[in-house]
Amino acid sequence: MKIHEYQAKELFANYGIPVPPQTLAMTPDEVYEAAGTYGGTVAVKAQVHVGGRGKAGGIKVVKNADEARAAGERILGMDIKGITVKKVIVVESDAEIVKEAYLGIILDRSAKGISFICSAEGGVDIEEVAATTPEKILTFHTLSADEFPEAEARKVAGKLFEDETTAEPVLNVMRGLFKVFVEKDCSLAEINPLVLNDRGEVVALDGKINFDENALFRQPDVEALRDMDEEDPNEIEAKEKGLSFIQLDGDIGCMVNGAGLAMATMDMIKFFGGEPANFLDVGGSSSPAKVIHAFKLLMGNPNVKAILVNIFGGITRCDDIAEGILESYKQIEINLPIVIRLSGTNAEEGMAMLKDTPLITAETFEAAVKKAIELSKGGAA
Amino acid sequence: MSILVDENTRLIVQGITGRDGSFHTKQMLAYGTKVVGGVTPGKGGQTTEDNLPVFNSVQDAVKETDANSTVIYVPAKFAPAAVIEAAEAGISLIVCITEGIPVMDMVEVYHTVQVKGARLIGPNCPGAISPDKAKIGIMPGQIHKPGRVGVISRSGTLTYEIVNSLTERGVGQSTCIGVGGDPIVGSGFRDLLPLFEKDDETDAVVLIGEIGGDEEERTAEYIGKHMSKPVFAYVVGQTAPEGKRMGHAGAIVSGGAGTAESKIKAFSAVGVPVARTIDELADAVAEKSKA
Repeated sequence: MKIHEYQAKELFANYGIPVPPQTLAMTPDEVYEAAGTYGGTVAVKAQVHVGGRGKAGGIKVVKNADEARAAGERILGMDIKGITVKKVIVVESDAEIVKEAYLGIILDRSAKGISFICSAEGGVDIEEVAATTPEKILTFHTLSADEFPEAEARKVAGKLFEDETTAEPVLNVMRGLFKVFVEKDCSLAEINPLVLNDRGEVVALDGKINFDENALFRQPDVEALRDMDEEDPNEIEAKEKGLSFIQLDGDIGCMVNGAGLAMATMDMIKFFGGEPANFLDVGGSSSPAKVIHAFKLLMGNPNVKAILVNIFGGITRCDDIAEGILESYKQIEINLPIVIRLSGTNAEEGMAMLKDTPLITAETFEAAVKKAIELSKGGAA
Repeated sequence: MSILVDENTRLIVQGITGRDGSFHTKQMLAYGTKVVGGVTPGKGGQTTEDNLPVFNSVQDAVKETDANSTVIYVPAKFAPAAVIEAAEAGISLIVCITEGIPVMDMVEVYHTVQVKGARLIGPNCPGAISPDKAKIGIMPGQIHKPGRVGVISRSGTLTYEIVNSLTERGVGQSTCIGVGGDPIVGSGFRDLLPLFEKDDETDAVVLIGEIGGDEEERTAEYIGKHMSKPVFAYVVGQTAPEGKRMGHAGAIVSGGAGTAESKIKAFSAVGVPVARTIDELADAVAEKSKA
């Protein structure tokens, strides 16, 4: 789960990481007012969950409140990578930046630990730095959420701004970031840039946090930070119903059991020349109710021209899926061609249950995929 | 031979009185697995429908039954403690089926299991099966067939689909293992490949990878240096958009890392054929098995 920059920086502040004063604004008037309060130079920054805000024109540094209002007018309502900007923050920006660095913490799959990623090259795309000049990235890790890697952190802290006098404040930021990372079950916590300003202060100018979805059950405060404007309502609703759903651009709606098989189904559609409209995993124990909801989701996408149901019954019983499909026909209007392939546990029973429906059956995975592609392109059943 | 699980497996089930635990205990017994008991704290002294003794702790269960393996079906909240309890009780193979464990908890679990010298498979996995010998987990036994191909996968149903395709072509399996779909799992491809390399009854290995992380890339490097047996690969998630978790907690492309392209390239570079479809994969393995 992602949150906004302003929310990340509020969390940082709670953990003793210095951040510049900021005010959230929804209208140009609010931007004007906030800028007036701060007086001098401010930054007006779009709050959206996608990267590349700066390049898209979503960040403006201005000299006074009037300019701030103008910036607010431009940025609010702007479209950044398909997302409409609904809020901005006004950030006090009087101090001059002397140097910019990068500090990030991730849950490291390879190290099976918590890794710090540091670089004196801040304010830029860190993946780009890692790819082109890997020697400029310094990393260290800890194998326990209870142990801040003090010794390694000390070695690196002074190098971030190539200035040993900043080692202590940088160490403090590292400790704070580690604490928030562990206590809030983050999967990534990033400060980019962490700056040294002309007042000699070390400040987190931007922040990004991703949280581990698996841990949200014990992080009610984090769940409360979720911005529904940023989420696909279909994905959220699907999750509440026990489905895993992701919208894509294609025209073949997919309903599959299991995440790996769902991805394989999407790949196969693409491989044989079609375009998947979504990723949809109906999960292990597929109750008829889940199947009905899955159909509603697929039917609700106006781009969908054909539906492919691909089930490999293990724990999932194919007759359960068939029952859900029969029930779906009763409850909702299904006016799209549906290709179905059932295999594994109780597949024959399931297929027999469906013989009086307009469903198009296929014997194999590949045959089903090819049939669905043909139908999506206007071919006859 | 086969690896990890066989007729010498003496299995206990943690969470044996729960819905999933009791259902799968029956399935495993029916398949021929030696299930010797179960653990549910507070229900020690009871006996299950299948006439298995229930214990309060893994330690009690090990003392009474001489169990060497465990399978865990307890909810995500309690699963980390269940794994650690098993490792501390001296269980050598721990299979954790539970999905949704916070990744932070797995950091401690992983290293505790390492220190205790146990092997963990999972979490968020279907388990392991050596066809006609024993199965530990939730996979449908009937699609498997004894043979000489090892299978290691990050997926569940996709593994069944592929195993079924192998079986249909007459290609049997020595052992099939689902390692789990989470970012931190107890055993990865590189932990299990050496076991197949050493196993007299395995001639070739099928790896089923997916987007996210760099396990496939590191595995390719390992194969290039250490594997003499042929390895076949299949990688899913080529059509997955960046920044979206594709069901599994571990299946996510972020910051341009963890893409299917990168994994396919890494395997190809060390001469591991990467199939484009499941049929292509199964055909290639069948072809090799005949030769």
